[in-house]
Amino acid sequence: MRTIIVGCGRVGAGLADALSRSGHEVTVIDVSAQAFNRLNADFPGQAVRGDGTDEDVLRRLGAEQADYFFALTEGDNRNTLAAQIAHDALSIPHVIAKINDPVRAAAYRAMGLAVICRTTIMVDALARFVGLPADPTAGDLVAAVVVEPSDEVEVP
Amino acid sequence: MFIIVVGGGKVGYYLTRELLSSGHEVVLLEKDPRRAAEIAHEIGSVVLNRDGCEGKHLAAAGANRAAIVAALTGDDEDNLVVCQMAKHHFDVPRTIARVNSTKNEALFRKLGVDEVINPTRIALGAIEQDIPVHDLLHLAQLSTGGLELVEAQIEADSPAAGRVARDLALPEGCMLFVVIRANVAQAIRSDTTLQPGDKLVALSRTDCQDEVRRLLIGDPAAMAEV
Repeated sequence: MRTIIVGCGRVGAGLADALSRSGHEVTVIDVSAQAFNRLNADFPGQAVRGDGTDEDVLRRLGAEQADYFFALTEGDNRNTLAAQIAHDALSIPHVIAKINDPVRAAAYRAMGLAVICRTTIMVDALARFVGLPADPTAGDLVAAVVVEPSDEVEVP
Repeated sequence: MFIIVVGGGKVGYYLTRELLSSGHEVVLLEKDPRRAAEIAHEIGSVVLNRDGCEGKHLAAAGANRAAIVAALTGDDEDNLVVCQMAKHHFDVPRTIARVNSTKNEALFRKLGVDEVINPTRIALGAIEQDIPVHDLLHLAQLSTGGLELVEAQIEADSPAAGRVARDLALPEGCMLFVVIRANVAQAIRSDTTLQPGDKLVALSRTDCQDEVRRLLIGDPAAMAEV
């Protein structure tokens, strides 16, 4: 499986290491070369310094052939832009954007983008710890599988 | 008409002023507290020190009843998110985004932004035009409120030749965007020195264009004889 990861922060680097250990062919992109220090010393994949919101950069890295695309920079808006380039321009089948603002996360989920929202997940975990009922949608990526743009859901 | 402007840089600021003076209801969202305070001092309480990318701030600004949302920040990704949130989450009928990277222009349209304004592309397009020397070239009308994109060609005898951008004392209603030098477009900074042969792209209010032409290119009366 070919996987592109934009943003080599703790989550991006952790995912890159985990996927490459399990045999994925991983390319991780970050604007800062220093970010790659977070990767394991024996990371077998490709680490590329560049702008993951630039369509040309992604094409040069062969992103069109990727099976998975993860937008995991620290900027919600950069992630939504990168993910939509991956989905709409590069037609990558599985695209996920990290969006930490719950309102933006819900809006993009409703538009058909697969979204992971750290805020919702942590709130749910901590609320469950004190005995509140679980939010079944908090960490759910499956329910937010990318749909075709023509099937966009309009939210009132 | 109720219009929400996101981004209180020069474009957002002057657009808001023009819209207000033509009687529209406007809210301007600017996330930088210093800039927000600065322009609030000029145009008053329509300025909110909020990040327009955040759903709750768009809601608080009244996005539910806005006829137009114009995203004019310097960051393409922010402008896209503002427009998409406005369109899909708040059902705003018309969204306008400024894009700076030409690569994003088609993508933004495809992703549902109604109007995409790309100063860079306009400047590049102008390179190929036959540009009349000694006059302002009118590239595009930005809005009905009297803001226009114009281009000026600097000649050796132009008053602006050899001068630094910040020393030009241009009127408040004019902002220099881009200089095209040797067929390459680059942003004009306050310390950019203007050279003969430069083509300048500026956003200018219609009512101060005579002064802009006089300061950049030369005296209109003297030019009538050219």
